[in-house]
Amino acid sequence: MTKRTGSIGDTLTLLSLRGWAFIVFAFIFAPIVSMAAFSFNADRFPSLPWAGFSLTWYEQVFADPMIRRGLVNSLLVALAVAPLSTAIGFLAAYVDHRFQFVGKRLYMALASLPPTVPVVIMGVAMLTFQGRIGLSGTLFGIIAAHVVISAPFAMVLIRMRLAELGPDIEAAAWNLGAGPWATLREVVIPFCAPAILASIFITAAVSFDEFMIAWFISGQNETLPVRVLALLQGQVSPRINAIGTLVFTTSMLLVILAQALAFRSKAGRR
Amino acid sequence: MMSQKHASYRADKRRFAVLIGAPSLIWQLVFFLLPLLFLVMMTFWSVRNFRLQPDFTLANWTMILNAGFFRSAYLYTFSISMITAAIAAVAAFPVAYLISFRLSPAAQRMLMGLLVIPFFTSLPVRIYSMQIFFSPSGLINSALIGVGLSPITVLNTPVGALVGYLTLTMPLVILLQIFALNGVDRQLVEAAHNLRCGKFRTVISIIIPSARVGLVISFAMAFVFAFGDYISPQFLGGSNPPTLSILMADQVKSGNHWPRASVVAMTMIFTLMAMMGLLLKFAYGRSGR
Repeated sequence: MTKRTGSIGDTLTLLSLRGWAFIVFAFIFAPIVSMAAFSFNADRFPSLPWAGFSLTWYEQVFADPMIRRGLVNSLLVALAVAPLSTAIGFLAAYVDHRFQFVGKRLYMALASLPPTVPVVIMGVAMLTFQGRIGLSGTLFGIIAAHVVISAPFAMVLIRMRLAELGPDIEAAAWNLGAGPWATLREVVIPFCAPAILASIFITAAVSFDEFMIAWFISGQNETLPVRVLALLQGQVSPRINAIGTLVFTTSMLLVILAQALAFRSKAGRR
Repeated sequence: MMSQKHASYRADKRRFAVLIGAPSLIWQLVFFLLPLLFLVMMTFWSVRNFRLQPDFTLANWTMILNAGFFRSAYLYTFSISMITAAIAAVAAFPVAYLISFRLSPAAQRMLMGLLVIPFFTSLPVRIYSMQIFFSPSGLINSALIGVGLSPITVLNTPVGALVGYLTLTMPLVILLQIFALNGVDRQLVEAAHNLRCGKFRTVISIIIPSARVGLVISFAMAFVFAFGDYISPQFLGGSNPPTLSILMADQVKSGNHWPRASVVAMTMIFTLMAMMGLLLKFAYGRSGR
């Protein structure tokens, strides 16, 4: 693009655009920065100036048996949700990539729509249904619900990778006498490995952070985000910041791992 | 012999397809579609002596649809979601434009990476931070008093809820708008510039029309997210006035009246479907110029 040299008006526009963007980014990131900063603040009441560095709130978080139980539940749920939703998402993506059949649009709609339903509605639907079949209040109930909303993310991630698999490669494997299962095992899954790993991390992060559905159905088996909601209903507590920072660090690690894997796979293709 | 082998090969292939296709179908049927269908059925059930009973009554529908508290909650939820979507779309556009058209690819990648971070940061904790910022003796009011202005009351008002809705929707709206703007044909923009069309006029008459579908989708998503959110109106709006999501949660958590909560859920689903349909029609409708 030909850059016309510095009309004053354009410089001013650019400056005000940057100024506005700065304000919007400050609005988005101030709560996150404040969360991390006040989690290390010695003072109970979050105000400036900062009262000094302290790990008190982290100690309190780990000393609280209910928070510890919430953390364990969240980890157990995420550990189950990640491989399950990735497997289900992979298979749905492979169906989309491989087969043509009547009703495929419906099939794919069912496989991709769950995240578009507001979580508060999902929560009530899951509660009434799971309550009826005796699943609400169990960890498996939470896992089942989280797989529903996470599998579509895995499906999309893996579907993008499958789109890069040329149509000839599977055909070549079949011509060489490999059955469909062998082709899937020896060709398709290795090719999708980076996307599969990435979606294991992403779905774990989605599940680990989900609070609304779990709030409705977890009953006595609270997950960590549900515990946070309970703390929010009480009074000011910097423990919320400490938990938030811990969850944030965990999720970001998972996302960065996923990103690194996706990136490596792109570089590897060249 | 040969045809028999062929037939068994085809049966193998079919079994393969069924086994591959089944898990997603079964899981989403059982744990997604069935609960939603059950929710529809639930709207016709009754509650007697605090116990849920299978029934076929329209009582829940008439009760909720005629209730003053439902109507005002519906109007409030709908209007504040529209306001959220409008503010988010307008506030995000200059940012998306800057990132898509005026920054280097490296800066663009970095800022888009930053915008993903909020999705993996607990919303309740971010809302808690906002509570602290806007509390009567919080940072915002201290700053206002510091420069000689009078303090403002944001918590437990609709403006508080709006702050929460924007916290929730802004990152998504900016990202969607960047995607929309990145899809605009750069040669068209350059041609407009070469024809001495000013930067501002190019935005109005070239960029916005060509990115219309994506821009409308960003508005629609902001509406959908705000309409269903429970955290912002509860913890920043102080459920004052209550939204549909708060009505639902209350009916379930304290009222223990699941059928009525299901009716509220149905009205939300209908509204969202109608809005999406209308907005998508608007987005695609006039494209055949």
